[in-house]
Amino acid sequence: MKRRAPACAHAIGVWWGAPDAARYLVSSDFRRDHTTMFLKTALLVLRKDVAIEIRSYEILATTLFFAVGCVLVFAFALVKEGQAPPDAAAAILWIALLFAGTLALGRTFERERYGETIRALLLAPASRPALYVGKLLGILCLLGLTEMLLVPLVALLFSAPLLGHLNLLLPLLVCGTIGFAAVGTLFAAMLMRARTRDVMLPILLYPITIPVIIAGVRGTSALLASPPDEPTAMMWLAILVSFDVVFVTLSLWTFEPLMME
Amino acid sequence: MRNLFLPLTVVTAAMFAYAPVAIAGAPYESTMLLIQKIFYFHVPAWMAMYAGIAVCGISSVIYLFKGRPAADRLAVSAAELIVLFGAIGLVTGPLWGRKAWGVWWQWDARLTMALLLELVFVAYLLVRAYGGPGSDKLAAAVGLFGLAVSPFVYVSVNIWRTIHPLNTVVPTLQPGMRGPFWFCALAFLMLFALLLNLRVYLATEQTRLDELYLAEEDSAA
Amino acid sequence: MMRQLTRLIGVLAVSLVMAAPALVLAQQPPSEPQGEFLPIDQLPPAEQLPAAPLLVAAYAFAWLAVFFYLWTVWRRLNKVEAEMLVLQKRQSRQREG
Repeated sequence: MKRRAPACAHAIGVWWGAPDAARYLVSSDFRRDHTTMFLKTALLVLRKDVAIEIRSYEILATTLFFAVGCVLVFAFALVKEGQAPPDAAAAILWIALLFAGTLALGRTFERERYGETIRALLLAPASRPALYVGKLLGILCLLGLTEMLLVPLVALLFSAPLLGHLNLLLPLLVCGTIGFAAVGTLFAAMLMRARTRDVMLPILLYPITIPVIIAGVRGTSALLASPPDEPTAMMWLAILVSFDVVFVTLSLWTFEPLMME
Repeated sequence: MRNLFLPLTVVTAAMFAYAPVAIAGAPYESTMLLIQKIFYFHVPAWMAMYAGIAVCGISSVIYLFKGRPAADRLAVSAAELIVLFGAIGLVTGPLWGRKAWGVWWQWDARLTMALLLELVFVAYLLVRAYGGPGSDKLAAAVGLFGLAVSPFVYVSVNIWRTIHPLNTVVPTLQPGMRGPFWFCALAFLMLFALLLNLRVYLATEQTRLDELYLAEEDSAA
Repeated sequence: MMRQLTRLIGVLAVSLVMAAPALVLAQQPPSEPQGEFLPIDQLPPAEQLPAAPLLVAAYAFAWLAVFFYLWTVWRRLNKVEAEMLVLQKRQSRQREG
C-alpha cells in the first residue's frame, strides 16, 4: 500500500496540471531514483543479514564444515586404491555446493521465520523484488565463501588442476551459483511457512536446477581434461548465463505475486 | 466445457477402439520389427505430456498474475495429466529400449528430459498436497518454472547425451507408418482433452463444495 | 475406514511398481554390457529377447494407467457429490426448521 502512495501523488499532481510532476514521471531521473532506491534497499537487506551473521558466524561456519564433510563422504565412497574416477573432482565440487547451498537457503530463511522479522520486512515501504535481491546477495556471499574453501580442497584431495583454470572456472562457478541461488531464494522464501519446508525445498529445487548442475559439471570437467577443452567450457558457460538471465528475471517477476499472501 | 464431454468421450473411445487395427496394419520397421510398434503409443504420450506442460505453465502464469481460480483449477488438472502421460512414456520407453538397445535405461536424451520434467510436475503435486498455506501460488510458480526450464533441459541434456534416434523419425517415417502414427497422436490429444475436461469438472465441484461450506459457516455465525 | 484401506492399497501398489524393475532385473542373468549401440540383427541370438511380452506390457501399462487415473477421478467425484448432498440436505432442513 505504501508503495502506491508516491505514484498516487504523482498522478494527482499530473491531474492538477502540475507539469513538473508529469515531466518527472517520464524522465530518466525517475528511473534513476527508482533504481537507486531499489539498490539501496537490496544492499540494506544484505547489510542486515551480514551484521547478524558476523555476531556468531553460525550459518557460515556450519555450512563450510558441512561442505567439507560432504566432500569427504564422496571421497571415501569413490576413491579406490588412492584414485578417484576420472571426472569425480568436478562432480564432487558441484554436488557439495548443491547440498551446502540447499541447507544454507533453508537456514537463512529459518532465521527470518524464527525471529518473525519477515512480517516487518514485508510491511516496510520497500519494493518486494528489492527484498528478494537483498536475500539473494546474502546467499551468494555465503556460497562464494563456501566455494573459496571447496575449490582448493577438491583440487588438493583429487589432484585436480582446478586452480590453474580460474579464468574460466570462476565465471562457471559464479554463474552456476547465481542460477541455483536465484531459484532457491524464491522457493525458500515461499516455503517459510510450510511445515514440510526442509524436504520440500530440495524436491522443488533440484529438478529445476539440474541444467545448472549439468552445465557446471560438464564445463568444469572440460577444463580438467588434458588438454583443457576451453571452447566446450565456454559453451556451457553461455548456457549458464542464459539460464541466469531467464531465471533471475522470472524470480524477480514472480516474487511480488507470490509474497502477497 | 461440460457439454463437450459426451462427444469427446465417444470420439476418443472410437479412436482408441480403431487404434489397434491401424497399428497392426502399419508396416514393420526394418531393424526393430515388432517392438517398434510401441512407438505408436510412446511418442503420442510425450505429445500429450508436452501439451500438458504448455497448458499448466500458461494457466499458472495467469493464476499468479491475475488470480483467477479457474486458471488454478486448469493448472492442477494439467499437472496430474502431465504426470500420467509422462509415466506412460517413461514406462513404454524402457520397455522398447530393453529390446532395441539391450538395456533398460541408457540415459538417452529424450527419456532423461522427460524424466526431469516429470519430476518437476510431481513436485508440483507434492507442493499442493503438503506445501502448507499459500501452496497454490507456490505450485503455480513451480509450474511456470517447469515450463521455463524445458528449453534449458532440452539443450543441456541433448548436448550431454545423444543416442535417441527419434529426433528426426517423424519426417522420415515410412509412408505406411505416418497414417497410424498421426491417428494415434490425435487419439492421445483427444484423450488429453477429455481427461482435462473431466478433471477440471472435479476441481470445479470441489470449489463449489468449499463455497457451500463457507456459506454454511457464515449463516451459522 | 474405506479411505484408509484405499490409501493403503495405493501405497502398496506404488511400492510394487517401484520394486518391479528391480525384481525383473534380478531374475535375468547379468549380460555383458555392449560397448556401443548394435542393431538388433547383429546381436547374438542368445541375447535377442522375444519382443511380444514387452510390447504387450507396454500397451497394457498405458491402458491400465489411464483407467487407474479415471478411477481416482471417479472416486473423488463421488466423494465430493456425496458431501454436497449432505450439505444441501442440511441447508434445506435449516431453512424449513
